[in-house]
This record gives sequence, C-alpha cells and structure tokens, in this order.
Amino acid sequence: MLAKRIIPCLDVKDGRTVKGVNFVDLRDAGDPVELGSLYAQKGADELTFLDITATVEKRKTLSQLVKRIAEHIHIPFTVGGGIRTVDDVRVMLECGADKISINSEAVKNPSIIDAMSMEFGSQCVVCAVDTKYNGRFWEVYVHGGRTPTGIRTLDWVKEVESRGAGELLLTSMDHDGTKDGFALELTREVSSLVSVPVIASGGAGTMGHFVDIFTEGKADAALAASIFHFHEIDIAELKEYIRSHDVVIR
Amino acid sequence: MNQQVAIVKYNAGNIWSMSCALKRLGVDYIVTDDPKELSSAQKVIFPGVGEASTAMRYLRERGLDEVLRDLKQPFLGVCLGLQLMCSHSEEHDTTCLGIFDEPVRRFPVGLKVPHMGWNTLFDLKSDLFTGITSESYVYFVHSYYAAAGPDSIALCDYMLPFSAALQKDNFFGVQFHPEKSGAIGEQILKNFLALESDTKSEADHV
Repeated sequence: MLAKRIIPCLDVKDGRTVKGVNFVDLRDAGDPVELGSLYAQKGADELTFLDITATVEKRKTLSQLVKRIAEHIHIPFTVGGGIRTVDDVRVMLECGADKISINSEAVKNPSIIDAMSMEFGSQCVVCAVDTKYNGRFWEVYVHGGRTPTGIRTLDWVKEVESRGAGELLLTSMDHDGTKDGFALELTREVSSLVSVPVIASGGAGTMGHFVDIFTEGKADAALAASIFHFHEIDIAELKEYIRSHDVVIR
Repeated sequence: MNQQVAIVKYNAGNIWSMSCALKRLGVDYIVTDDPKELSSAQKVIFPGVGEASTAMRYLRERGLDEVLRDLKQPFLGVCLGLQLMCSHSEEHDTTCLGIFDEPVRRFPVGLKVPHMGWNTLFDLKSDLFTGITSESYVYFVHSYYAAAGPDSIALCDYMLPFSAALQKDNFFGVQFHPEKSGAIGEQILKNFLALESDTKSEADHV
C-alpha cells in the first residue's frame, strides 16, 4: 500500500536554518544539510526547504545549498521560496532538487504552472496554496499570507491541477501556529476535488493530529516545522504512533 | 568498490541524483553517450525522468538504442529507464527498446496518478534484492507501469500488481528510485554494483 508521508519543513535564510532549531545532537543546528540528514535518519519521508532569503544576490547561496543537500540526503526533497521562472526551476532541478514549489508567482501568472510542468513534468511542480476563511469562503492569500486575492481556494486548486501542478501544499493560515490540529474539513474537501496528492500544513500540535489529517482529512502527506525543530514530536515515535492507528506509514 | 560505472547521458536522465547516489557510495562513474565508453564500462545505469516518445526519438537519432540493447555488462534502468527497456509504452504509443516483453500501460482511473511516494515491494526474486525483505518501502513517482510478467523480479501494488523490477539476462530495470529510497535504495544499488561483470569475457569471445 502507498504510505502516507511525513514531511518536515526547514526554513532557510542565507543558506542557514532559521526558526528555533534546538537539537542537542547536532554539531551545527544551523546547517540545513545536517538537520535534514537527521530527519531522514529518523524516518522523514521527504523534506521541504523553504528559502526565505530576501535578496537576489544571496540566492546563489541557495543553489550551492541545494547541491549539498542532494549530495548528502538520500530521500526526495522539495525547494520553495521565490521561484518565479522556468529557469529558476531548471537551476534547482539541475542542482538536485526533486521538486520545486511555487506560490505567489502562480497566482500572479498562472500560465507559469503550465510552462513549468510542460518543461519538467508535473511530478516536480508543487503548488503551494495559503488560505484563510473570510467568513464566506476559503480565500487564497499570497506574499507569505499578507495579501488576500479574492480567489476561492476550491476554484484555485482545480485550476492549478488542470494547469499541470503535480501536488498541492495546502496551508490553512487559520490553523498555522495554533497547534490545535490541521484543517480537516478543508483538506478533505480539496483532496476529494483534485486527483493529485495533497500535503496538509498548519496546525500540527500532537501525534493524534497527524492521524486525524490522514483519516478524516484524507491528506496524502502532512507537513510540519516547529514541532519537529523544538523536539516536541520525534519523527520516529510519530511514525510508530500513526502505524499503531492503522494508517499505512513507512 | 573500484570499478567504473557509466551513466547513460541522454535527454531524459536525472543524472545529478544518480551521480550523487554513486558519490555517496564512493563509486567512480562517468556520464557518457559514447558507445565505446558505454561498452567498456563495468556497469551501466540508465536513469530516466521524462516522457517516453521524446526519449526514444533522442536515443534512435543517435543510434543509442542499438548500443544499449547490445550491452553485455550488468545494466540498470531506473523509472522511465525501465519503461524504455520494455517493448511498447502507451505513453504516446511509443515503440521502446524491446528488452522486456512486458507492456507499459497508463494506470487506470481510480486512485491518484502519478503514483507518488513510498510503497512496498513483494515477490522479490533476484540477487538485486539480496538482504532486502518483502514489504520494504521504496520511493516511486510514475504514471505508467510495466505489467507483471515472466521477467518480473519484484512486484508492487497500486490499484493492481505491477512490475517494480524486471530482469532478463544482464538487463535489470527498477520502476522506483533507488537513489531516493533511503537505506533500502542504497542497498539495492550496492547489490547491483556487486553483480559479476563479464564484459571482459565477452570481449575475449569477440
């Protein structure tokens, strides 16, 4: 049986991991390669590296980093953050990334999804969708969740799928950071609407939340950051827990 | 392991990932489309990510289809590489290399396609899987599959049982990505690299 996936997300700035990475067993907790390797050893199924570097000059650091990740890590990984053009994708894939994720640029210029999937195949194009309930519908947000777009999330996911996105990374901003659990209903609805895999993100606080998002939320994968970085949940224990609840996991 | 591995250079290879995997294993490798270099390497790896008809056209235009079919050393096709080693693919109705007789079909409508993620192997029967137990997880990303058949040396189940790996003589193909399959994938690559290479004896016969 195809297993559900657990995906730790690492925020990277100027080639270094940021945001409360707190591991005693790492020589250099700021090194994304070392942290990623540790997660891979513990049973992470994939890794996502999100580059939050502001300046274009410092983006060269990213391609060097991606090369190092590919050299050292033997599980699939996605690189996101600031990817805008077909050439940006080419650079990342040539450096060894398995997939890239796009977000704001896809909303600004949806045909870029077609261009990327045509050139490199749907399997490497992940479309990240940040969304918030506005009282009437789930609305798509861009620019790291700062800008509402007026677009309905349930329409948008169908559109990005038809344009060739191979996977969706769905983040509920209402749940992100709360540790109260993932957006179960939204994820279930999106998962039933599209035929590509859906990665749920935002809200993980307990091991039970992961079981819920796979069983009730029908997610194919679940992504989380701080609970792994702060040692609140150990990936090996998490996978054991999920398995004991009859969810297929590696 | 002091041996030379050739990675086939063509328009659909995910060469960097495979190169990195070999680097991690400390293996000496070259990336080449030169028939002489391919024939003299001790092992040949044929990676692949892309679309079947474009890849086959590229190989034919350069005569690489003949070269690959004639190789005598252990040869490993990965993902699209495996599919191209079959006789025919439903992906744009493409005639492939014809090493394996199993047809390549698109997954039926049902579960999500591509089949993406970690899935288990069963019915393992080859030296390629020495030390690997049934139900081991490996990483797959594909929308087309080679049917189960006489050349199958490992199966996987996604809507239906399909060939996770095929073998005929010196030709091996795996649908999953050993270079992305953690420790299990690494072991499978090591097993492939440990296979006896009889390029020399073949050369002597000639």
